[in-house]
Amino acid sequence: MTLLDILRTAFFALRGNWMRSALTSLGVIIGIAAVIVMVSIGQGTQAEIDKMVSGLGSQRLDIGGAGGMGPGGARVAQGSRWSLNDGDVEAIRNEVPTVQYASGSLRGNTQVVFAENNASTSWQGVQDDWFAINDWQIADGAGFQANDYAGSAKPVILGETVRKTLFGEDSGIGQTVRLGRVPFTVVGTLKPKGQGGFGQDQDDMVVVPLETARRRLSNSQSMPPGAVQQISVGIDDARNLGSAQGEIEALLRQRHKIEPGAEDDFAVRNISQIVATRTATTNLMSKLLGAVAGICLIIGGIGIMNIMLVSVTERIREIGLRMAVGAGPRDVRRQFLAEAMLISLIGGVIGIAIGVVGALVVGKIGDLPVQLNAQVVMLAAAFSIGTGLFFGYYPARKASLLDPIEALRQQ
Amino acid sequence: MAAGSAPVPVIRTQGLGKVYSAGTEAEVVALKAVDLVIDRGEFVAIMGPSGSGKSTLMNLIGCLDTPSSGKYFCDGVDVSTLDKEALAGLRRDKIGFVFQGFHLLPRMDATDNVAMPLGYARIPHAERRERARAALVSVGLGERAGHRPNELSGGQQQRVAIARALVNSPPILLADEPTGALDSKTGEEILALFKRLRDDGHTVILITHDAHVAAHADRTYVMHDGDLHPQTDAEAAA
Repeated sequence: MTLLDILRTAFFALRGNWMRSALTSLGVIIGIAAVIVMVSIGQGTQAEIDKMVSGLGSQRLDIGGAGGMGPGGARVAQGSRWSLNDGDVEAIRNEVPTVQYASGSLRGNTQVVFAENNASTSWQGVQDDWFAINDWQIADGAGFQANDYAGSAKPVILGETVRKTLFGEDSGIGQTVRLGRVPFTVVGTLKPKGQGGFGQDQDDMVVVPLETARRRLSNSQSMPPGAVQQISVGIDDARNLGSAQGEIEALLRQRHKIEPGAEDDFAVRNISQIVATRTATTNLMSKLLGAVAGICLIIGGIGIMNIMLVSVTERIREIGLRMAVGAGPRDVRRQFLAEAMLISLIGGVIGIAIGVVGALVVGKIGDLPVQLNAQVVMLAAAFSIGTGLFFGYYPARKASLLDPIEALRQQ
Repeated sequence: MAAGSAPVPVIRTQGLGKVYSAGTEAEVVALKAVDLVIDRGEFVAIMGPSGSGKSTLMNLIGCLDTPSSGKYFCDGVDVSTLDKEALAGLRRDKIGFVFQGFHLLPRMDATDNVAMPLGYARIPHAERRERARAALVSVGLGERAGHRPNELSGGQQQRVAIARALVNSPPILLADEPTGALDSKTGEEILALFKRLRDDGHTVILITHDAHVAAHADRTYVMHDGDLHPQTDAEAAA
């Protein structure tokens, strides 16, 4: 029989018992829809993490003040003590050879006003290396000049979101804006980065020189002179992250005169480690989701096998007759295999449709990152055909091995 | 293959034997050294009570089974050496089966039922339906081509089954109790159809336990305990 004949025969056989065929393919429909939704979520999450990695850079360390004992013995949060200062930044830059960039920073929130427009945003007081460490590029304007960092000038660089709020289509270069009550001159705008890995708007901020921030914006009463909230460090090679971290820790312990065994008053964070942990978590999640989808498919496949075995038993006389009129074992095997594959293929097509819609709905309503692509659909289609082939083979083989004399004798 | 111009008999067996469960206590000798020659265009009946071995002989002649001993040449082809696929091919090309229970597929109309064997002969779909309709016309059922088996009478269903056996133009028509499920009048009609087919050059082998049915054949053999012998006059008169 030609392929078309086999498919036609299979189609008519399935239509003859369409309710049963539909229920059988339901298992595959659910399995394939599950595969698509699960793989889309897994891929979406991975893409999100990839974006986060590329946004953060894999060659940086961040040092913040540690928590510890506050007055009265109460624990205070990490970074709430002023334990780092300009001297630490210089020491790290000069004494750790693998350190390429180092920048202390302060940050806070402020209202930015230009004419009748205003924006509530955060400010960052930074040193020159900060731009390189965080991969910020100047879009317009000259940016900070060397003497801007001395502290007497009041230049500001605007993030894209703030620029748009204040100036609309204009770049705003040379205009005077107020941060709180202090007038600043706009000397540059940043190229937009868009949404960050944690979903925040990275462009919603303004940047000023560290010393200016210290003098004009920081309103902390307790801040000692020369203090920084955070030190960001750029390492020359991602492979040196571990050793650089050790050296920086040793250096700061020495500078802060921390006795051996005593608690650090600072904390070095290796963001790439955090990302690696998240990646591992996501991979685990993807595997679990994949396992769920796989189990769905196996259950669907067992359903197919079950129904095909019933069908072989029910149609034993038909098989006998077909063999008597000239069907060989191969013809019989192909016919039943075609029926199994047709069930799973129809189930696969419907499952793909439901899965694609389901993935989009999950992305919209469930607020999960979803990434659909042609490969996922191809994979699902291949799975559905594979399920039919795998679970249909045994019943088909059983049918092909029937003895035509016995089969014809069945009533 | 016979040499020269001598026509090859459609069926020739030499010492054909069949033993079931050989070598065990349940050993059954179903067929003992049967020699049978049937030429093209003959209408032969093989008669015998149940258990006489006639079903075994039919299965062997019909290439549904292979012999334990002896040789069987089906239209000149030695059957004993063939595997299952090759046997299926031989059944497709050489033998048309007619069963007592008709064995029509209920979900197909008469034309598709008749056309079914042609599918395994890889004949194109359109030509299959055409040949199936022609076969239905030849058994007098041209008007019923679109009916399903449950819309046909017993006699009509058996005609559909005969048309299916004929559609591939096989040299051998093998009918196993073809009138067993029919009333006597309808049975006579079916037997008359076989005679007409014989007159058209088909070889018809009729297997039955009924002497009245066997009487329609040109030659009758009787099976008894695995032995095959030509019917004696006494047996015919009985």
